[in-house]
Amino acid sequence: MKWYKERMWTDCWAGLDNKKKKGKDIVEAVKDLSVVDNAADIERTAKTNKNVDVIKEFAAGNAKKESNFVVVGHVDAGKSTLMGRLLYDLKVVDERTIQKFKSESEKIGKASFQYAWVLDQTEEERARGVTMDIAQNSFETDKAKFTILDAPGHRDFIPNMIAGSSQADFAVLVIDSSTGAFEAGFHLQGQTKEHTLLVRSIGIQRIIVAVNKLDSVSWAEERFEEIRQQMTVFLTSAGFHAKNISFVPCSGLTGENVVTPLKPSKAPWYKGSSLITELENSSPLARAIDKPLRLTVADVFRGGIQNPVSISGRIDSGTLQVGDVLLALPSGEKTAVKAIEINNDPRPWAVAGHNCTIHLAGIDMLHLKQGDVLSSVSNPIPVVKEFTAKVLAFQTITPMAVDIHRGRLHVPGKITHLVRTLDKATGEEVKKKPRFIGPGTAAQVKVSLEQGVPLERGGRVVFRFGGVTVGSGVVE
Amino acid sequence: MRLVKSYRDKNNNGFVTLYPEEPEDMWHAYNLIRADDKVTGAAVRNVQISTDTGSVISKRVHTTVKISVESIDFDPKVGELHVKGRVCEENNHIPLGSYHTLDLELFRNFTVEKEEWDDVSSGVVIEACASRKTSEVGAIVLQEGLANICLVTEHMTILKQKVEVSIPRKRAGGVSHYQSGIQKFYQLLYDTMLRQFEFEKLKVILLASPGFVADGFRQFVSKEAVRTGNKTILQAREKFVTVHCSSGHIHSLNEVLKSPEVTSKLADTRYAKETKVMEKFFEMITTDEYRAWYGLKEVTKAVEKGAVGTLLVSNSLFRSDDPKERKRYVGMVEEVKKCGAEVMILSSIHESGQRLDSLGGLAAMLTYPLYDLDDDEEEEQAEANGGEPQQ
Repeated sequence: MKWYKERMWTDCWAGLDNKKKKGKDIVEAVKDLSVVDNAADIERTAKTNKNVDVIKEFAAGNAKKESNFVVVGHVDAGKSTLMGRLLYDLKVVDERTIQKFKSESEKIGKASFQYAWVLDQTEEERARGVTMDIAQNSFETDKAKFTILDAPGHRDFIPNMIAGSSQADFAVLVIDSSTGAFEAGFHLQGQTKEHTLLVRSIGIQRIIVAVNKLDSVSWAEERFEEIRQQMTVFLTSAGFHAKNISFVPCSGLTGENVVTPLKPSKAPWYKGSSLITELENSSPLARAIDKPLRLTVADVFRGGIQNPVSISGRIDSGTLQVGDVLLALPSGEKTAVKAIEINNDPRPWAVAGHNCTIHLAGIDMLHLKQGDVLSSVSNPIPVVKEFTAKVLAFQTITPMAVDIHRGRLHVPGKITHLVRTLDKATGEEVKKKPRFIGPGTAAQVKVSLEQGVPLERGGRVVFRFGGVTVGSGVVE
Repeated sequence: MRLVKSYRDKNNNGFVTLYPEEPEDMWHAYNLIRADDKVTGAAVRNVQISTDTGSVISKRVHTTVKISVESIDFDPKVGELHVKGRVCEENNHIPLGSYHTLDLELFRNFTVEKEEWDDVSSGVVIEACASRKTSEVGAIVLQEGLANICLVTEHMTILKQKVEVSIPRKRAGGVSHYQSGIQKFYQLLYDTMLRQFEFEKLKVILLASPGFVADGFRQFVSKEAVRTGNKTILQAREKFVTVHCSSGHIHSLNEVLKSPEVTSKLADTRYAKETKVMEKFFEMITTDEYRAWYGLKEVTKAVEKGAVGTLLVSNSLFRSDDPKERKRYVGMVEEVKKCGAEVMILSSIHESGQRLDSLGGLAAMLTYPLYDLDDDEEEEQAEANGGEPQQ
C-alpha cells in the first residue's frame, strides 16, 4: 500500500510542474489506487487450474485410506488425555514436549493433564482444565491416516461439539468407568447420552466406545460388562446397528490398550484388540464425490503473509482443485482456490470427506464467516430464510425460538408451524397440526430464520433451546 | 406518563390527555392509540400562502392538529412514535381532510379520543401512569464472537446493538490468532457498551454467556476501566453480574431473566413475572398437557367453558388493525376477568412476549383439564385461511 501512496504523490507533484498533464496524472494515479482488484486476482489464480479429473485420480490413487473421527463423551471422561496419549505413543508428540507439559501442569496444580495439553492449547483451557473448542490433530499408522477432532465435553460447548462431529466419519465415545463417574455421565443431563444422540443424528453410523480409566477399578471384568450392557441397549435404541458398535477397555493416562495391546496378566478376560486397531478397522463413510461441491467453513483465518485469507473445513460433497473458482454463500462473493493443504501437506486436489485448509484469492475476509458454505458456481447451494424439516424431538417442541446448528453454522431461528406428526417407522401422517411434539416423536415442522442461510434438501440440522437439544432433523 | 385530564361519558366515549416523561411512555402510547382514534398534538408544518400579488410563499407554522388515525409506527430503538392520519378538525393553517403525521414527543401533551374505552385501553393508561421507580437493566448476552447489547425496562426489551467479530478457532501449532481475536472482540464490545449504556441509570448490568466468556469480559471491563481511568465504569463495577445462559442469541434473555441471580435482585419487576409465567406454561405443557392450551380456537373454547385459570395475552393482539378482531380479544379478557380468573397481558417486545407471540399470542392455563379442544370440523377452514393469525 505504502509505495502506491508514494507513487501517487510523486505523480501528483510531477503533474503540478506541468499543468497540462496534471489532470491526466491524477486520474491515472487514482486508477492505480485500486490496489486490490479481486476479479483480476481470481482470473490469475484460475489460470493455474490444471483441470485434473479429480474423480479419476482419486479412484486410481492407491493412497492409504484417510478418515476423520470425533472424540465425544461426558466432561472429564478423559477424551483429551486419551488422544494426547495416542499421539504420544505414536511419536507424533515427542518426549520433551510431554515432560514440559508435565512440569508446567504440576506447577498450576493440574498434575496428570500433560497429555490433555497436547490438544488443549489455549491459556483458558489449560487453566480451567476443560476443553472448550474442537482440537484438530492428525496421525498416520502403517495402514491408514487419521484426523482427530477432539470435542469438548462440557455442556456449554455443545455447539463446538456439533461442529466437530459434522466433520467426522465415525466417533469414539469415551466413558469414564471409575465408580460413580459412568453413572453421572449416563444420567439424563449427562453428556454421554446427549453426545451420542447428536452424533447419530448428524449422520455418523459407526461408534467405538472407549471404556476409559479402567485401571482405577483394577481392570474389573464386571465393571466393563456392566457398562457394555447398559451402553449397548442405549446405543441400539439411539439407532446404531450392533455391528457398528465396538467396546475397548483402556486407560488414557497409563496408555494401556491404546496403542500397545493390553497385557493378558492385567485383564485375562479381554480378547479384543487395542483402540488403534479398532480405529484402523473402521472405514470412512461413503463419499459423495460426484455431487456438486459443498464445503462448510469451520474457520476463517489469516494463513500468513502469502495467504491473507484462508479457511478450513470439511468437503461435504464434490471435489476441489487448485485454480477452481467457487462461490461463497450467503455473501455471494466469488473466490479462487490458491492452494490446498491437508494436515499441513500441500495437495493439488481434495475430495469429499477431506478436512482441508484452503488458501483463497480474490476475496475479503469480511465476506466469509464460520458456517458459510463454499459451493460450485454452476450449481450453488440455495440461501433460504425458511424451510421445512422432518424432525425427531428429544424434548417437547412447541412453536418457539430455537438455536439452529448445522456444522459450524449456529443461528437463531423460529419453529413457526408444527405441520404434522409422523409415524417413525412408516413416515405416514399421524396427526395434523399437533399442539406440541412430545419427546421421541417424529414430525414435520416449518422453520423461519432471521437471516438467509445456505441450506439444501438433505442437510442435517440440530435444534437447541435453553442449553438442551430439543430435536434434530433433515431439511426437506 | 402523567394524566393531565380525562373525560368519559356514560357510553364510554371520551378522551385522555397525557404528558409523556420517559421513552417508555411512547411504548404505552403505541399500545393505546388505534386506527380511528382521534389524536391531538403539537405539529410543525410547512404551509404555503399565496399573497395578493399571486406569489406563493412557504412558511413553517407551529400549530395543534387533531387527526383521525390511520396508521401508527413505533421505533423502539429511539423511542419515537409517528401517528399518521387525516386532519379532522378545522384549523387555521391546514385544510380539513388533508394528511398529517404527528411525531409524538416527550414532554409535550397529547390527547387521545376514543369512541369506546374498553378495559384494555383503560388498563394501558392506568399502567402507564402508575408511578414507580424505574428499574432499567442493561443486559449483554454473548458468546465467542457475538454479543447482543440490550436494555430491559419494565415494559420493553430494546436491542441496542449487535456486536459480531469473527474469531479464528484454535489450531494445531498456534493459538495466538484465537487469543488476539478474543481480545479484539472484548475491546469492541467494551467500546460499544460505553456508547450504548447510561450507567448511572441502570440498576444492574447482566453479562450472560455460555462457558466463561461473560467472566472473561467482566475481567476485561475492570482491567480496561482501571487502565483508562474510566470513573463511570469503576463506580458501576458492583452493578455487573454474570449469569449463565446457553447461547449469545437474544432469545437467551429468557434464561437470563429467570436465573436465580436475577430474580433475587429484580423479583418485583414485571418482566421477571412475565418470564416466570411463560416458563410455568411451558412446564405445564410437558407435565400436564391438557391444562395448557394455546391458539385462538382452543383458548376461545376454554373460555366458553369457564375453565381458564390464567389467561396470557400478548399486547400485540390489541394492536390489531382490524377493530373486530381487537374487540374479540378485549371481550375475551373481560369475560375471563368476570369469572374471577387472572389475566396477564404480556409485553410483546419482551422476550417472554415473543415466546407467547410464537404461539399465536394467546395461551391459557386451565383450572381443570380439557381433552378435546383441538379436534373439530373447522380445521379445513382454518387451513384455508393460512393457519395461525400471527406473522
